[in-house]
Amino acid sequence: MTETLIFSLTVGISVGLAAGYLGSLMVLEKMALVGDALSHVALPGLALGILYGFNPFFGAFAFLFASAIIIWQLGKITKLSFETLVGAVFTLSLAIGIIIIPEPELLEALFGDITTVNSIDTMIAVVVSLAAIFLTKSIYNGIVLGMISEELAISKGIKVARMNLLYLLLVSMAVAIGIKITGTLLVGFLVVTPAAAAKTISLNLRRYSVLSSIFGGASGFSGVLLSSFLNLHPGPLVVLAGITIFFASVLIKWTKPSAS
Amino acid sequence: MENLDNYILRVSNLSVTIQDQLILDDISFQVKKGTTLAIVGPNGAGKTMLFRALLNLVPYSGRIEWRGKIKTGYVPQNLSAGDVPISVKEFLSLKNVSNIEDSLTAVGLDTKNVMNKRLGVLSGGQLRRVLIAWAIIDKPDVLLFDEPTTGVDLDSEESIYRMLRDLSKKYEITMIIISHNVHIVTEYSDYMLALNRCMNFFGESKEIKDPDLQTIIYGETVCKHGSSPTGD
Repeated sequence: MTETLIFSLTVGISVGLAAGYLGSLMVLEKMALVGDALSHVALPGLALGILYGFNPFFGAFAFLFASAIIIWQLGKITKLSFETLVGAVFTLSLAIGIIIIPEPELLEALFGDITTVNSIDTMIAVVVSLAAIFLTKSIYNGIVLGMISEELAISKGIKVARMNLLYLLLVSMAVAIGIKITGTLLVGFLVVTPAAAAKTISLNLRRYSVLSSIFGGASGFSGVLLSSFLNLHPGPLVVLAGITIFFASVLIKWTKPSAS
Repeated sequence: MENLDNYILRVSNLSVTIQDQLILDDISFQVKKGTTLAIVGPNGAGKTMLFRALLNLVPYSGRIEWRGKIKTGYVPQNLSAGDVPISVKEFLSLKNVSNIEDSLTAVGLDTKNVMNKRLGVLSGGQLRRVLIAWAIIDKPDVLLFDEPTTGVDLDSEESIYRMLRDLSKKYEITMIIISHNVHIVTEYSDYMLALNRCMNFFGESKEIKDPDLQTIIYGETVCKHGSSPTGD
């Protein structure tokens, strides 16, 4: 096993675990497509990183971070939903990214590339994933309560709007590191599909969030491994691995409806 | 002269305006410690908005004075739990307390039967009882209930009100209840506040005679600022 493969697998697993865990909240909030659309916002940031020779992760994260704050603020002012606002800004970002990004790097930005993962990328991915999981865990219950009843959450002293902003920033972090493996076009998958599979076969919240994270990690691991053997872009293979898990969960639910 | 210490809540000249629309107009009432106040009125009368003002969730004019440091519990009319895979035990655990089983037993639920059930699959009656358990679990001084019997069949409504009265006595909780069922709350409350944007009635429930109820709820009162009460 080469050093690059070990790095790539580590990134695949950690990003998958974090994206799966964060995605479990996104699917409950019925914001599944927000994660997908948000990932496209990263493209201009990636482009700047590539053009000016700094780690594209920082460019992607800066753009996602700024967009998350702008979207949150616009949401507060206009009362429009996250989906609407993200939908309004993501195509613009995609267009700008495609215009300014050099063509050879465009494919990597869109679909990911594990052959260029180095020790620094790996370290960033592990640290950011752990931080995203840890911070999300600290606000998980508050966000769930806010989903069940915003008034109940507010009456319990929970700052729902502030918590949603933190969550959006954490999703931006997970998406920024996920781009390395799956690319901007497919990173949304890591946020949505593992959670969808977990939700299909979960009776309670604990099982749901844990399974969602495990399915994300398993998708990242298998996709990266297959990519190195088949010499293909990792993004589509991560998606295929995850979709297989999703259909397995559907099969379980179909044959044992009492599983959820 | 009445002892002011007996009051847990005093509301004076409360008005709420949302987007230039007057929702509540010049409401004044008091709640005595350990009593149950029922808030009644037609749809759109501002009952839920009054709760939001009491919980400081909306801007208002006038005065709302809670006595000292009191713990307030709130139970909303609706939950959006249908799609969330959360068990009853996990829901109650969101309050960071340990006496989950005691609370479920206190509201007449079979602990073993409901603890691991998904919140979204409970019957209307079970869900209301779980919400009441949620409300009493951390022993509040005052409970605000928005329609405690939403989604409950007619036969079970009275048993829920009876249980609330018993819990109020047992745990010495002051209750403020919004209800559409004026006949039942007349029996199970100590005081009644009838709203239709402005105040139609505030007084002891036992004073109310059956023929008066209709006038109390839909009354002839004209609001101070000219927004005559209309139910919608």
